[in-house]
Amino acid sequence: MAASAHQLRIDLTVNGTVHGIDIDPRTTLLDLLRETLDLTGTKKGCNHGQCGACTVHVNGKRVLACLTLAALCDGADVRTIEGVGTPEKLHPLQDAFIAHDGFQCGYCTSGQIMSALAALEEPWGPDDAAIKEAMSGNICRCGAYPNIVAAVQEVRKSAEGGRNA
Amino acid sequence: MNRHDTPQAPGATDPGSGPARARAAAGTRPIKGGVSKDMQHDSAIKHVTGRATYCDDIAEPAGTLHAYLGLSTRAHARIMELDFSAVQRAAGVVGVLTAADIPGVNDVSPTGRNDEPVLAEQKVEFWGQPVFAVVAETRDAARRAARLARITYEDLPHVLEPDVARAQGGPYVTPPLTLKRGTAETELLKAPHRLKGEMRVGGQDHLYLEGHIAFALPGEDDDVTVHSSTQHPTEAQHMVAHVLGVPSNAVTVNVRRMGGGFGGKETQMNLFCAVAAVAAKKWHRPVKIRPDRDDDMSATGKRHDFVIDYEVGFDDAGVICAVKADFTARCGFSSDLSGPVTDRALFHADNAYYYPNVLLNSHPMKTNTVSNTAFRGFGGPQGVMAAERIIEEIAYALGRDTFDIRKANFYGTETRNVTPYHQTVEDNIAPRIVSELEQNADYQSRRQAVLDWNAKGGVIRRGIALTPVKFGISFTATWYNQAGALLHIYTDGSIQLNHGGTEMGQGLNTKVAQVVAEELQVDIDRIKITRTTTEKVPNTSATAASSGSDLNGMAAQDAALQIKERLTDFAAEQWQTDRSNIRFIANAVQIDEETVPFADFIRQAYMARVHLSAAGFYKTPKIHWDRATGKGRPFYYYAYGAACSEVSVDTLTGEYRVERTDILHDVGRSLNPVIDKGQIEGAFVQGMGWLTTEELWWDAQGQLRTHAPSTYKIPLASDRPRIFNVALVRWSENRENTIKRSKAVGEPPFMLGISVFEALSHAVASVAEYQTCPRLDAPATPERVLMAIERLRRG
Ligand code: FES
Ligand code: FES
Repeated sequence: MAASAHQLRIDLTVNGTVHGIDIDPRTTLLDLLRETLDLTGTKKGCNHGQCGACTVHVNGKRVLACLTLAALCDGADVRTIEGVGTPEKLHPLQDAFIAHDGFQCGYCTSGQIMSALAALEEPWGPDDAAIKEAMSGNICRCGAYPNIVAAVQEVRKSAEGGRNA
Repeated sequence: MNRHDTPQAPGATDPGSGPARARAAAGTRPIKGGVSKDMQHDSAIKHVTGRATYCDDIAEPAGTLHAYLGLSTRAHARIMELDFSAVQRAAGVVGVLTAADIPGVNDVSPTGRNDEPVLAEQKVEFWGQPVFAVVAETRDAARRAARLARITYEDLPHVLEPDVARAQGGPYVTPPLTLKRGTAETELLKAPHRLKGEMRVGGQDHLYLEGHIAFALPGEDDDVTVHSSTQHPTEAQHMVAHVLGVPSNAVTVNVRRMGGGFGGKETQMNLFCAVAAVAAKKWHRPVKIRPDRDDDMSATGKRHDFVIDYEVGFDDAGVICAVKADFTARCGFSSDLSGPVTDRALFHADNAYYYPNVLLNSHPMKTNTVSNTAFRGFGGPQGVMAAERIIEEIAYALGRDTFDIRKANFYGTETRNVTPYHQTVEDNIAPRIVSELEQNADYQSRRQAVLDWNAKGGVIRRGIALTPVKFGISFTATWYNQAGALLHIYTDGSIQLNHGGTEMGQGLNTKVAQVVAEELQVDIDRIKITRTTTEKVPNTSATAASSGSDLNGMAAQDAALQIKERLTDFAAEQWQTDRSNIRFIANAVQIDEETVPFADFIRQAYMARVHLSAAGFYKTPKIHWDRATGKGRPFYYYAYGAACSEVSVDTLTGEYRVERTDILHDVGRSLNPVIDKGQIEGAFVQGMGWLTTEELWWDAQGQLRTHAPSTYKIPLASDRPRIFNVALVRWSENRENTIKRSKAVGEPPFMLGISVFEALSHAVASVAEYQTCPRLDAPATPERVLMAIERLRRG
């Protein structure tokens, strides 16, 4: 990184792996993930906190990685789309996104999934309107919204069914 | 679950299943992923696991440099001095590129008009025009250094609005078009009723979630390879060659997939490819360029805004006698695709309605704004807006429901079926679709309920509208209607498919693979779709004009049929039987009584020296167009649809909500219903955004002030209609011989969003008892809706 005299040492866990890294203090979590750790599943849509494409979890809560300084993640537990499921063993939400055709170009998809995973743990109501509100920080320019909402609802309902059973 | 994304081990015998199981399955069950089946997107698993590679995800070789553009801060000015001394001194900077560094021609005009410099020379013609590029060790360093340049300007007068440009007698960026049939001017005078008006229709930013990007790798001699997110790799190849001053064979352009395109990556990527390639050759290192979102929105073209002046004559029954209209477009500083875009606006100024006498003129005005470009619908939606405004005017003038006036003016089947460009409409199914939707959406009783509600005079008013779409399919540049494909079958029976189309989320690769799976009767898992590259299929057309699967599907089918022919010849000879005894059945070939699994059969064919590779080709038949006379058959066929939307509007604030939308849309015999439905829903949402919340706003100095998602508002999940029913027209099949009788789906449903605009207008009209056409301009932001309400209230 150009121009920065001092580097900062941080330790963080990403998808279960512990990393100790020297960073320019100005580095965002998004750039750290994409450029240093080669985790390119998290996307840069706007870099301004306005699109949701860069959504990841820090200590279990959803955050916009482009607005989060990596330096603030010292000691944190970070989870990205690469830590959710694998092609061989998909997470139920990933299965639901496929079953409901919840994407077109796919550029917003990892952000949508990370956001929805967190939203399912947050106190939102059960109806479509609540899900839409919970997901309104994640833009999809392809307009796959109806299918995204359907996918999230399917997982919410089956999780609820599981709890009630 | 389909796993055909999983990479195969080299030399695997039978992809996806193993030889024993393959033999068991051969011929006994239908293939997976044939045509007309719901088939998930070919990259589905990669998308949900974050493993799909976009251009910015390609691993960068050591030594990769990064370029960043320096943009003008004047709408129109002479460049007096460029001072890069501070830039050159900045940390990490390798150098600065200006027009002087371009070895070939400083031009990326897609139509050869030579009016679009890569980097401005001597003068700038819009705010945000690229003037130079900084190349540095990191993107961050390049971006910081770009701010340090000192440019001295001498201001020149600028013009931003198209109607102002026209009033000043300003130049066209490209020759205008006239469409004329009958004698509109005299018939207007004779008509029982006549009225005229003006409508302004705004532009639209693409806001593809993946912004522009190009990544160039220098090769030996003149060679350069460019990875980019482009809808038109062939044109990027030609432009890079033109700018470098090398032949096209030295340049390779690749694209695996785009994070959305919508027309914004048809020509606008050329500049980025050119800058990356020039820098890569100059410093002989890989160079990547990816603008910030604000720069992307300021420096790249958008949908054209139009000012439409119309005049219509009609009879007591609301039947149109004559239409005259002028379409004045904000084209920006250069021609780009403004010629075909403004032409297409005229081609769709009739929407689904017959104009017995018509005179339409385009005015592609030069303005000191970014050069506007392709965007889903390509001028067509703006034309349709004019038609629907004319319908509204008639309805309010006669005190009738707009829907009745629509029905009264539909094209006929035997008579009243000639368009303003003299093409006969042969496949008109708009009336049938509209009346089915009228029933399914329960239009009449819901309209009555809306009228009853509004009659109570409350603050919240409701509106409902049912609008049709008829959209012409084909590039109006006839030579663009061609495509190629390359198909290889390897000795293990696995298949590699390449075609000239590009994947931007529309599911094109999946559909084309389905066509090949169907022809060869193999599971789609066996087919690997590779990136689009100018190395494999040359001289391709842009993936645009909704033509992707029409053209590339046919080309791929041609390739598959060629190989199938050779295989049939081989089998007839080897098994000493008649060709008619050979059948391609699911994952196998049946020869007389014997069933040979596909992979075994291919291996035998290889041993017998059968050529297992083919290049397919297709060109659309029947079409022709003479622009000078305004006559011809520019479109192979039409795609149709209809939407009914209901809204509620708060008349104190202008805010509104879409309560319900019902859509019935024609895709012919669908190649893949689930993908088509996704396209329809997405296009509707995008069309609705264009006409409601998406507002481009330039200040008086010509700076675009809505240059990020914070100020430029596209629809969110919470904006979609509360009730949203989307159906395909099940009985439709293309009467032309398209791929499996399907119809194009990319653009036509975009115009279904117009139903929302018309419903808003209906709600607004209620405040003046439906006596006056509200003359709402687009986008109908809450502010505009409120202004229209107040205008009507003032009377
Ligand atoms: S990239 Fe972070 S919100 Fe858009
Ligand atoms: S799938 Fe393209 S942006 Fe959501």
